[in-house]
Amino acid sequence: MRTLRFLLQKEFKQILRSRSLLISILMMPIIQLTLMPLAANYEVKNIAVAVVDHDHSSYSRKLIDKIFASKYFSGGSYTTSYSAAGKLIEQNKADIILEIPHGFEDNLIRDDHEQIFLAVNAINGTKAGIGSGYLGAIVADFNNDIRQQWVHASRFSDAPAIDIVPANWYNPFMSYFLFMVPGLIVSLLTGLGVFSASLNIVKEKEIGTIEQINVTPIRKYHFILGKLIPYWVLGMTVFTIGMLVSRFVYGIVPLGSIPMLYGFLSVYLVTLLGAGLLISTYSDTQQQAVSLAFFFMLIFNMISGVFTSIDSMPEWGKVMSYFSPMSHFAAVMRMVVLKGSTFHDIMPHFLAIVLLGIVFNTWAILNYRKTT
Amino acid sequence: MDNIAIQADKLTKRFDDFTAVDAITFDVRQGEIFGFVGANGAGKTTAMRILCGLSRPTSGAATVAGFDVYKEAEKIKKNIGYMSQKFSLYEDLTVMENITFYAGIYGLSDREIKERGAKLLDRLGITHEAKTYVASLPLGWRQKLSFSVAVIHQPKIVFLDEPTGGVDPVTRRQFWDLIYEAADSGITVFVTTHYMDEAEYCNRVSVMVDGRIDALDTPSNLKKQFNVDSMNKVFYQLAREAKRSGD
Amino acid sequence: MKQFFAFIRKEFYHVFRDKKTLLMLFGVPIAQVLLFGFVLTNEIKNSKIVVCDYAKDYASQEVIRKIEASRYFNVQKASMSHDQIEAAFRTGEIKMAVIFPADFYSDLSHLNKAQIQVIADASDPNTATTLTSYLSSILNDFQTEMISTGKVPYTIKPEVRMLYNPELLGAPNFVPGVMALVLMLICAMMTSVAIVKEKEMGTMEVLLVSPLKPYLIIIAKTVPYLLISLLNLTAILLMSVYLLDLAIKGSIVLLFAESTLFIISSLALGLLISVRAESQMSAMMTSQMSLMLPTMLLTGFMFPIENMPVAMQVVSYLIPSHYYYVIVKAVMLEGLGFASIWRETLIMAFITLVLVGINIRSFKTRLA
Repeated sequence: MRTLRFLLQKEFKQILRSRSLLISILMMPIIQLTLMPLAANYEVKNIAVAVVDHDHSSYSRKLIDKIFASKYFSGGSYTTSYSAAGKLIEQNKADIILEIPHGFEDNLIRDDHEQIFLAVNAINGTKAGIGSGYLGAIVADFNNDIRQQWVHASRFSDAPAIDIVPANWYNPFMSYFLFMVPGLIVSLLTGLGVFSASLNIVKEKEIGTIEQINVTPIRKYHFILGKLIPYWVLGMTVFTIGMLVSRFVYGIVPLGSIPMLYGFLSVYLVTLLGAGLLISTYSDTQQQAVSLAFFFMLIFNMISGVFTSIDSMPEWGKVMSYFSPMSHFAAVMRMVVLKGSTFHDIMPHFLAIVLLGIVFNTWAILNYRKTT
Repeated sequence: MDNIAIQADKLTKRFDDFTAVDAITFDVRQGEIFGFVGANGAGKTTAMRILCGLSRPTSGAATVAGFDVYKEAEKIKKNIGYMSQKFSLYEDLTVMENITFYAGIYGLSDREIKERGAKLLDRLGITHEAKTYVASLPLGWRQKLSFSVAVIHQPKIVFLDEPTGGVDPVTRRQFWDLIYEAADSGITVFVTTHYMDEAEYCNRVSVMVDGRIDALDTPSNLKKQFNVDSMNKVFYQLAREAKRSGD
Repeated sequence: MKQFFAFIRKEFYHVFRDKKTLLMLFGVPIAQVLLFGFVLTNEIKNSKIVVCDYAKDYASQEVIRKIEASRYFNVQKASMSHDQIEAAFRTGEIKMAVIFPADFYSDLSHLNKAQIQVIADASDPNTATTLTSYLSSILNDFQTEMISTGKVPYTIKPEVRMLYNPELLGAPNFVPGVMALVLMLICAMMTSVAIVKEKEMGTMEVLLVSPLKPYLIIIAKTVPYLLISLLNLTAILLMSVYLLDLAIKGSIVLLFAESTLFIISSLALGLLISVRAESQMSAMMTSQMSLMLPTMLLTGFMFPIENMPVAMQVVSYLIPSHYYYVIVKAVMLEGLGFASIWRETLIMAFITLVLVGINIRSFKTRLA
């Protein structure tokens, strides 16, 4: 235990002395958390429509007005031909082309039906799907207006109607921040933890002090603990900063128990730092450690469900995400902060973290050899 | 056998098909300054790493401070000090912090750390530099400090791996004064070097060539044996036969 | 010139002898393409929902059958109280509950009006909105079918054409983004670290006293990364063509030319970082903070730029990867020629020139 005291003293002094590192470790969460959520907004809006109105009738104008009245559509531009509108799509100035054919109004009244054409830039599949859906709904709405105007109310009301009564629990104002900020805290914390832990031991290898440590009677687990604990404290600090930013910048108050979050975090950090140590036992230089850490962080991040939905992944993707500790903490964070989940609810995630923690740390300790 | 500090018997280390250390056999007596000389790549550092418990031998036997290098590496580590070729102090810690750290992990009490630390600084004449970062110390001072830190827990044996590389002659002389003081207090000194004038300072010297020990005796006996007037010439005669070149 | 090539050869040795760095150089792009191609999608599908059917009549069963047939939902049928639903939300088991009241069909046929209660776990607002809109389009379908026996008057039928990506896949959007990210990363981050390493080890001094001109040293340091980047580009393109079935519609030569321009701008950024950074660690941190993050955020492939606050949109116009992303989309996916991307190319070339200029200046002052 005495040995550990001296190891910790040394590690803390070294961390607190590398100013630039410390500043970036502490400032990064603040900067990222204030910028990222502003950018990380998947909501589909501001869809630019290029209108090609060949009809110039009162109906066509009404339809166009109705579309631009919607909050989803903005920046409309008018062109005289489809090819001119196509140019706008190519220049990224339009997302959807709406072409109203010549004789739209006349045909609709005379023939009872008429077509309009929508061409959607579908490179971003999600935006295309949702955007054309919105547009379709507006057209259907417009269609109903027309019918009501022409058909006797009695005849028309024969059509049965199913209403959806929606209830949006946990996030009634559908705030995207509420969802993204807790996820981003996890992503940041994980990045910092893995990078700093993986670089640390490697640095001692590079400058040669590890040799000196290896001839001392220090026990392996003392040494590893001495390396882990400072970064564990740092992780706790970064998390606290993140929570403060989310409270005072975004006004997010966790519904669930904050002590429980810290409890989960304390185990999560051990798992995470174990992964970092594991990387560092496999690297000889800082460049290698960064490369490895970067490679795994990237995969952890992508499959964690922070940015995309895990449900939508194929089965083997789901299996992969189970082995990423980050996906468990991201899920728990969102459950506890937004839904007030209890320990019973997060139990499966907790077990997974414990399991992964045991694997990573045992592996790291076994792989850290004092002898060659 | 009580007065034997290190004993090696046909100690061998192979890396794939390369034999770095080839069946070396020798004894080091307690309190002795034992020199290990040889060209670069002769196997000095590898042999030393085995004795310190940093590297496992392929075959042969060895004991250090009475402990077996195969089974009791951790017990050996409690009884030795080590100063590596690479620089072994933390540059981002101060002089006193380095002393406290190493003394601490060897289990010295707070009082001992304070007393011995103060004595050490006084002996080196750098009491006023206690709060200086090691990064800003001149190389010579760092080397002397490294050595003093390596023996602060008063080990039975101290291993020095080319401790005076890149140091000016005056500082080297001072460094050897420190070594003599340590030996006088009963610490066995095992030192590798390729400076032949330093070999003259040792009680006994072994010359390694291509992983083998080709000669082992006091410097004066070696000079007599080879009928030359300096260790330098002894070394030249032996090294001429070497098949391996430096790294 | 001979010395110059000797130098480049040395740089290649550095890069290719270090297996773990190679993993980063080639593993990252491969993993990214595979993940984006096969695992990740912005699409919401297979969402677990629970359906509580208190009606169990013709209409409710018909609607449920339609919901089950949709690939968006993974339906589980149960009667659940609000408390039970809440509990299921809290464990994250389900994303939505759809409740059919008793008398659903009779209300519908007699009153011409019926209600369905939909409770969404809106902690993820995107999923909640999307699922609700999927559900309402299924209901619309059902209603159209119900009345299609009679003729509906005055129907406007929108005919929708999805350009460039008729199946609405995720990959077409991501691949150009991955290209921008990977090229930026390799060039800027790896070059800055490599140069700072020479500084740290003191070998930079040795190089600077060699008879080679300083600017040649810098070019030699960057050439291997340029080549590796082009190799990577080729690998990404091959993977997207053969694994993701994403054809390259435009000119490959143009694509490579534009990529080279982008790579040069990234290399210039990496050099700029290496001039300032003192240690490998700080070079890494600076690259991460000032390059990685803006590239991820402001290029437009992860998050739509038009949703961002104006200040961020302005910043996004200063980032070379923004233009590169637009260009790759245009050439690779839309099959457009130089005529439609000359403006972006010009801006990118201008930014590159400015960066190179700053580099030359700071290099001169360093030598002085």
